[in-house]
Amino acid sequence: MDFQVVVLAGGTSKELVPLVSKEVPKALLPIANRPVLSYILELLEASNLKDLIVVVEGEEAAVRVGGWITGAYVDRLHVEVARVPEDVGTAGALRAVAHHLTASDILVVSGDLVCDVPPGAVAAAHRRHDAVVTALLCAVPVSGPSETGASGGKDKAKKPGRYNIIGLDPTTQFLLYIATGAEVEKDIRFQKSILRAVGQMEIRADLMDAHLYAFKRSVLQEVLDQKDTFNSIKQDVLPYLVRTQLRSELSSNGMSQAEENWNGKVASQDNQALSSQQLPPGMIPTVPSFHELYAFCPNGSSPPKRTHKCCVYIASKGKYCARLNSIQAFSDINRDVIGEASHLSGYSFSAHNNIIHPSAELGSKTTVGPQCMLGEGSQLGDKCSVKRSVIGRHCRIGSNVKVVNSVIMNHVAIADGCSIQGSVVCSNVQLQERVVLKDCQVGAGYVVTAGSEYKGESLARKEKSQS
Amino acid sequence: MDSRRASRMVIDPKPKVRQVGFFTPGAPPERTKSSPAESLSSPPTSDMSPAGNSLSPVMIPPPRHASDNLSSSLGLNSSRVLPVPVPMSPIRRPSTGDNLNLPLGSYNPSESLLGTSLSPSSGFDDEGLSEDTSTSGWFVRGNPGKVASSFPSGGFDTTAMKSRNIPVVSNLTTVSVVKMPPGLSEKGGTLVEVQHEQVRDSKLKEKTSKAERRALQEAQRSAKAASRAEGSKTAATSGGVTAANAKPAKAKASQKKEGSSVASSDRKGPEKDRKKDVPHPRMQFDDKQRVEKAKRRAVVKQTEARNRVELFRHLPQYEHGTQLPDLESRFFQLEPMHPSVYKVGLQYLSGDTSGSNARCIAMLQAFKEAIKDYTTPPEKALGRDLTAKISSYVSFLIECRPLSISMGYAIRFLKNRIAKLPLTFSETEAKATLCSDIDRFINEKIILADKAIVKHAVTKIRDGDVLLIYGSSCVIEMILLHAHELGRQFRVVVVDSRPKLEGKALLRRLVSKGLCCTYTHINALSYIMHEVTLVFLGASSVLCNGTVYSRVGTACVAMVAHAFRLPVLICCEAYKFHERVQLDSICSNELGDPDVIAKVPGREDVDHLENWANNENLQLLNLMYDVTPSDYVSMIITDYGMIPPTSVPVIVREYRREHLWM
Repeated sequence: MDFQVVVLAGGTSKELVPLVSKEVPKALLPIANRPVLSYILELLEASNLKDLIVVVEGEEAAVRVGGWITGAYVDRLHVEVARVPEDVGTAGALRAVAHHLTASDILVVSGDLVCDVPPGAVAAAHRRHDAVVTALLCAVPVSGPSETGASGGKDKAKKPGRYNIIGLDPTTQFLLYIATGAEVEKDIRFQKSILRAVGQMEIRADLMDAHLYAFKRSVLQEVLDQKDTFNSIKQDVLPYLVRTQLRSELSSNGMSQAEENWNGKVASQDNQALSSQQLPPGMIPTVPSFHELYAFCPNGSSPPKRTHKCCVYIASKGKYCARLNSIQAFSDINRDVIGEASHLSGYSFSAHNNIIHPSAELGSKTTVGPQCMLGEGSQLGDKCSVKRSVIGRHCRIGSNVKVVNSVIMNHVAIADGCSIQGSVVCSNVQLQERVVLKDCQVGAGYVVTAGSEYKGESLARKEKSQS
Repeated sequence: MDSRRASRMVIDPKPKVRQVGFFTPGAPPERTKSSPAESLSSPPTSDMSPAGNSLSPVMIPPPRHASDNLSSSLGLNSSRVLPVPVPMSPIRRPSTGDNLNLPLGSYNPSESLLGTSLSPSSGFDDEGLSEDTSTSGWFVRGNPGKVASSFPSGGFDTTAMKSRNIPVVSNLTTVSVVKMPPGLSEKGGTLVEVQHEQVRDSKLKEKTSKAERRALQEAQRSAKAASRAEGSKTAATSGGVTAANAKPAKAKASQKKEGSSVASSDRKGPEKDRKKDVPHPRMQFDDKQRVEKAKRRAVVKQTEARNRVELFRHLPQYEHGTQLPDLESRFFQLEPMHPSVYKVGLQYLSGDTSGSNARCIAMLQAFKEAIKDYTTPPEKALGRDLTAKISSYVSFLIECRPLSISMGYAIRFLKNRIAKLPLTFSETEAKATLCSDIDRFINEKIILADKAIVKHAVTKIRDGDVLLIYGSSCVIEMILLHAHELGRQFRVVVVDSRPKLEGKALLRRLVSKGLCCTYTHINALSYIMHEVTLVFLGASSVLCNGTVYSRVGTACVAMVAHAFRLPVLICCEAYKFHERVQLDSICSNELGDPDVIAKVPGREDVDHLENWANNENLQLLNLMYDVTPSDYVSMIITDYGMIPPTSVPVIVREYRREHLWM
């Protein structure tokens, strides 16, 4: 269908320290014991998109991501990993691979997206409107484990105002305004011209930009070339395109190449003074979008203005869509993937609604509740209790250990009598006897000494936390 | 493929048996004798019949005929005598097999070569060899050995014989394997070709001469077959007879079908053809079996609407809102669909593109894009493969929304152009020709036609006129604007109707150009008609009896205008004229989304029909088109001038042919 896919797999995100490290870049963070990148790759694979470019920040991360993809997706996907220097931003990453892009439209996906919205739907909406950019919007996921009732990381989750202000036209097909939470201060400024052209704008704050965009390649490349200060797709490129949609500065804008050619041809053949509006009688849809109305209508004789369309595809309510961009999101997604959005995980659940690998060993009187996951080769001692948690591979857990609402990665050793609540414990961590963790993050390789109690802290080895 | 072959195999023998019995008294016993081996023998015969079919009507008959004659004259009969006892005495079978192999085995390689390079007609269509060269080629290759010279028939004989002999010789089987694929691939294409040919024939009125020729040829062939059957009774002869006899049946069927839509030309096999003896203008959606079958084929997931109005059950109606998301989500799975075609389909489905001119242009542009990106797959002919491709695109578009009549004509035009491509053209040439043909079609049939209509219609607008228009027709808009530019003083009454309210956009454009307008809904028609002096209406199609097939509501406007003794002028491009005759708007129509008439836009509080689908006793009908009887039409303005409705058949008859052949 003439689409190319670029997956922006990022590098090591600052927001996810101490979960991420040099060994575990963001893209490889485990969600239900699978790297987060695998979710988007599998979604793309299911949509028959098997030719991907994965862009990774940082050399080491690129090597690791590349290695993992080769191992997991050999013979299934044709993936090219491109390495870009760190801190170039999403726009910079695209700039780096721009010369590889040849298809007429580009699908840009963030590697930390976990969703089940078919990318084809976005692509189809994009094609249908002949838009320059189409963004996938979805309902903001309910943050925090509020529905569980358990005291999760709620007090800790410092709501950073991560909402978007999104302006839509009445048909909710076109994007009129977009601003991320960070930019929103007290006032929001809208453009009069857009408001006047549309007549009515719907402003939503309950939608989230899922970082899945379809771009028209020519436009994307042009913008990236011309505006070399643009750093981020979301904060620079997309708002720029939205802002200028009624006074397009793009040379290859809205109208597709063919259409333009055709118009030109007809125009050259017609030297009769029929106004430009009727020349392509077929190309004016009977239900014109405000762009056409604006372009052709207002001042009679003035030449039609250049416009381009920015569309949105709003995922329906039942779809799951979340981004792994914070520690809170990490535990939320982990919980959801083995919980309510279990179809994403690709595992088959047991009768108790949990997943216990056959090689996992459970001691006597140990209970593993529903919506739990126990990785391969993990051992649990006696009288343990695991609720709504994910435990990775080859973990050794002693007796009398309570794990609630937590994520425990691989090769973690937990001694007897520990209690872990709402925490994330990274790989190779050692928890000695009677450690109590509540809403903590423990970085990889950390050793928590016996008897210590932590609440809402981030524990990591010194050099890791500095880097 | 296999199923089709099987069906052919089952179907073919019947007429064959009957006809053979009629022609040659000796044949029936042959049938009964060979009956144990029939199941074995039938695949090769079935393989032959398409070959015979494909070869004879297109261009091969003379060479084939000659070579047949040649083979018989060259004393091939002697070699054919050998196989005679085969079905009779199984004891001698191996020996005859050996006998056969001895002379033929040495020629097998060359034969397979011939089979692959020459025998499929696609082969020389592609290379652009004319009849003469192909025959000469056959003869040249035939000269070295007598047996090989009989290749066209003799070659088939051997394969037939081979499969009849149960202990199959291995090197013969390989030959058949090599031979089969071209035969198979050829079948699909050639049948389409055949039909085109015949449609063309009947159109050209060469029919008589061609038919005569064919009759003569058949007579000769059957006579020869009869003589052969008397002498030898091989499977090959019966196959030959089949070929000869299946052909007239097919010709009949395709001639009958000529009027039906082109999209159906991808149907294959005599079984389907026979069903088409009863003309099916389009699928009847109250026929459960057919609907099921169509559903399985469908690209777009279609959920049938539940509460359908009894009288309109034969029309397709689907749950709106189910198709689009499904189609969207499978965007990347539909590999064979060209992106531009897909886009047009989406636009049809979502209603972004509507109006018959707009849809026709959008479709043609998409086809143009698809043709530009097209590359002929290896071992296929551009003409056939592209026709099949276009057919699949068309059926996809039909699933998105039923075709308008204008589109049907455009498709027929395009397929005709493909069929008429000179064989000597390279792929790039052919593609360039087709693209320029499409451009020419759009230009001449739509854009220039609109201009001609505007030129004619403007003469009818005088100062002080009050024009009534209904709906939103682009050509009428052009007329009004042109008249305004010429400085005529007139007023426009824009009559609109729910649910589409297309008039609003038109009104907006007219007012912005400075025209004096009145906007009203169709309910107020009889009131507003008092002040009107002239009625302009657009049309989706004009049928042969002068009936105007147009946006629903047009008939009502025309009738009221007629009652007020006002002139009703229909503006319609001549390419939308159709040879169909329709008396009512029931048998052929389109159903829109019933939900849109249940809702009042902008008034969320008016929801009396909420959940109407759950009410068994309630059916909503949202018709898209109606027909206006010619009595209400004063004049039809078309690119050929202003004509009374009674003259439509003349235009269809006189100009249509020229269109297709331009």
